[in-house]
Amino acid sequence: MNILQNIKYDFMGKRNLALILSSILILISFGSLFTRGLNFGLDFTGGTVVVVHFDQPMNATDVREKLEGSGFENIVVKNFGGSKDIEITLPPQQPKGTADEIVTATESDEAKLSNEILEQLRQLDSSAHISKADFVGSQVGDELVEQGSLALLYAIIGILIYVTIRFEWRFSLGAIAALVHDVVITAGVFSLFQVEFDLTVLAALLAVIGYSLNDTIVVFDRIRENFRKGRKASTEDVINNSISQTLSRTVITSFTTLLVLLALFYFGGALIHGFAFALLVGIIVGTYSSIFVASTTTLALGISREDLIPVEKEGANLDHIP
Amino acid sequence: MNRYPMWKYILILVIVSLGALYALPNIYGQSQVVQIKSEQDKAVDQATLDQVANILNENQVSYEAVSIDGETAIVKFVDLDTQRRGQDVLKEELKGFDTAMNLRPNVPDWLKELGGKAMNLGLDLRGGVHFLLEVDMQEAAENKRKQIRSDITSLLIKSKVPKKRISWSDNELTIQFRNEADMQQAMTLIKKDFDELTLRDNVGVDTFEIIGLLTEQSINAVKENALNQNLTTLRDRVNEIGVAEPIIQRQGLERIVVQLPGLQDTTQAKIMLDATATLEYRPTDMENNAELAARTGRTPVGSTLYYDRQGLPVLLKNRVIATGDQLIDAQSTFDQQSGTPAVSVKLNSIGANRMLEFTKNNVGNFMGVILKERIPIGENEDGVMQYRSKEEVISNARINGVFSNRFQTTGLDSPREASELALLLRAGALAAPVQIVEERTIGPSLGQDNIDKGVLSVQIGLAMVLVFMLIYYRMFGLIANIALTINVVLMVACLSLFGATLTLPGIAGIVLTVGMAVDANVLIFERIKEELRDGNTIQGSIKEGYDKAFSTIADANVTTLIAAVVLFAFGTGPIKGFAVTLSVGIMTSMFTAIVVSRAIVNLIYGRKKKLKSISI
Repeated sequence: MNILQNIKYDFMGKRNLALILSSILILISFGSLFTRGLNFGLDFTGGTVVVVHFDQPMNATDVREKLEGSGFENIVVKNFGGSKDIEITLPPQQPKGTADEIVTATESDEAKLSNEILEQLRQLDSSAHISKADFVGSQVGDELVEQGSLALLYAIIGILIYVTIRFEWRFSLGAIAALVHDVVITAGVFSLFQVEFDLTVLAALLAVIGYSLNDTIVVFDRIRENFRKGRKASTEDVINNSISQTLSRTVITSFTTLLVLLALFYFGGALIHGFAFALLVGIIVGTYSSIFVASTTTLALGISREDLIPVEKEGANLDHIP
Repeated sequence: MNRYPMWKYILILVIVSLGALYALPNIYGQSQVVQIKSEQDKAVDQATLDQVANILNENQVSYEAVSIDGETAIVKFVDLDTQRRGQDVLKEELKGFDTAMNLRPNVPDWLKELGGKAMNLGLDLRGGVHFLLEVDMQEAAENKRKQIRSDITSLLIKSKVPKKRISWSDNELTIQFRNEADMQQAMTLIKKDFDELTLRDNVGVDTFEIIGLLTEQSINAVKENALNQNLTTLRDRVNEIGVAEPIIQRQGLERIVVQLPGLQDTTQAKIMLDATATLEYRPTDMENNAELAARTGRTPVGSTLYYDRQGLPVLLKNRVIATGDQLIDAQSTFDQQSGTPAVSVKLNSIGANRMLEFTKNNVGNFMGVILKERIPIGENEDGVMQYRSKEEVISNARINGVFSNRFQTTGLDSPREASELALLLRAGALAAPVQIVEERTIGPSLGQDNIDKGVLSVQIGLAMVLVFMLIYYRMFGLIANIALTINVVLMVACLSLFGATLTLPGIAGIVLTVGMAVDANVLIFERIKEELRDGNTIQGSIKEGYDKAFSTIADANVTTLIAAVVLFAFGTGPIKGFAVTLSVGIMTSMFTAIVVSRAIVNLIYGRKKKLKSISI
């Protein structure tokens, strides 16, 4: 079976259109990220989330009233998965009392909240038991944000170095442009729809980087090869041809990856939902960007045949060496 | 041109068979068990097994089997519910034994002997509690500063050097004197005894000061000690909770991870973390026989009967010589005279004076150290916290001379015993408090649910990819599918052999790798198609397809690997699990997609010289 073969499509001719589309998407993403921000999960904000399981269906409102009646403030109560599971979210506890009365809620006290909640809910229904309880101190959350940002930065630097060594700096910048594009738009989608952003989503974003790069490198590899073949085609044509030649592979691999991600999304359970969603978005955007963004950027930076042919004649290509 | 030498086929066959063998332990599943161990470190015997079976039968708790594994007895249960009930009745009725719930892989013996083991399951898959504790280093440093101040104060008093003021500001100690002579004298004294301070003098009009700066090294030592001290006490306590295979390890400079697989009720665990330990030096009762007291149950007046860590009785007098808060440090070392392992102990001035008083009159007698742990066990009806104490003699040694603030405990059998004693001594010294900064609890049923869902999504994802490849590439699709299946087997084998812990994100990593692993084959096959279109011969196309795709595959995979390694370096817990499976998957997939699929292609097509067409 063959699809998308022997097609010659003028991808580079459409680069202005792609530029406009990407710009709009990125503007919307940044707009949303700055105004709405990300809906950070417990991992980053700190606080307590308890999922309590009952043997019979339980009404979230009853649970909220019961807990508010016993002095819990600012709680969010909702059903989790099915009607027998209730998720209760508590924000990080602020130290109580004034400086004079030194009554502070230490983190150890906060860690005991889940037990107190269970005790209260047992009065409501004795079958209550904790199926999941997470408590994260706010300082741990802050560190995670820092570590996460550092991880993204280091991944990008590492890749930049590798691609520069294996290819050329213009490719390197093209690849980075594509993956920043992917990460920003994926994060933008999370912000726009206020999907919870937790630690697994961060991992997914890093996997998107890896994947997007994988796709981009395949195209770059072909561009390099076609340049070296030495035909007298224009740079634009070489890039168009390279994208066309790798298009079937790009689409097939994205398709198989999307297949498994859909399986993960629909059958993997609630805990892995955000992860699968981030990768689904990231891979769709990543496929687009490896075709339209990475090569376009490289072209805009003025890549040409001479940059990729090993320098043999001394002095001939000096002005192209950065 | 498309033929592999025989050794290559054999090598591939060997690798694949080994992979299959070591992936095998994972298909036997896990059972819920209760492990039973004697409190006295004795092996369990048939009588114990009969007793266990009796108790379970009497209480109508159904179980699958009872067996002996090394020093422990293992009771297998059918499900989580009976396991919990089983442990409850055994805890209640089986005296002299510790019970612990566990999840054990059902790996057959022959496989175990070959070194086969199943993947460890993370807490999110088996249920349990994860705590991240932070040691309050400020408190630890504050304790150290108070210690130094009071020691210097009493040193100066003892040496009759008058001082005006002594105070800390951050890590800088200022001691003021009336005149230079006092200051100089004090300087000599302090220099001799306090190597944790960098000293200088500050002399001006009417000011005679000694400024001591706490060295970086000693601050770090304080932190290190505080952390280790907490680790020791935690290990001791966690063993009491009754979970098998608890993990207690340090993370970074100030934190401790405690993982208690299978634990359901976190109340008890959290209370345990609030426990405190202290120790007391006491004279050993030399007039009475401890064995006799233990046998008859009659303890002489003025003495108390304790047991040491081997379970042997020791009679200690009720008089306390020194206590844990007077102990500054205990380090394992070697005795300079005999060269045998020893523990050197440092007491503060109060402890030193009392030790001097006591040892003056008691050379030749014995002195014991008792470690007392005060463990809260919950509030009673009136809301008052109740405590249970655990008391144990950790050392009982002859006093060989008169000593005060520094002395050694010698005659220990091994360096290990010495470092253990030092740790226990430090555990009873003034503790730096810990706080829970992160807690994650997963109920065991949710864990099982996660496994089921994870496995289901791997199966469905894999099935869809296999079907697609078969439809799209036909014969070559089948070859890619064989390679892909081998890839999953090899991944599982590697993860099992490395002793990696499988978590839910780890499963996600496997799923993702399945999707991406076909990429290499897709690259190769598309390249072969291209070569065919360009008019190359069939054999030539196959060769060119594999050769040309290789550098692309390598580049693409290395970049993904960089992302995975960064994830591993920066991630914690679940993210690390994802990074590990992703990295392993990238490597195994390169092997299967390039080498294994090529081998199959060569085997099928390599010998056919007049190949008319291939099914791709």
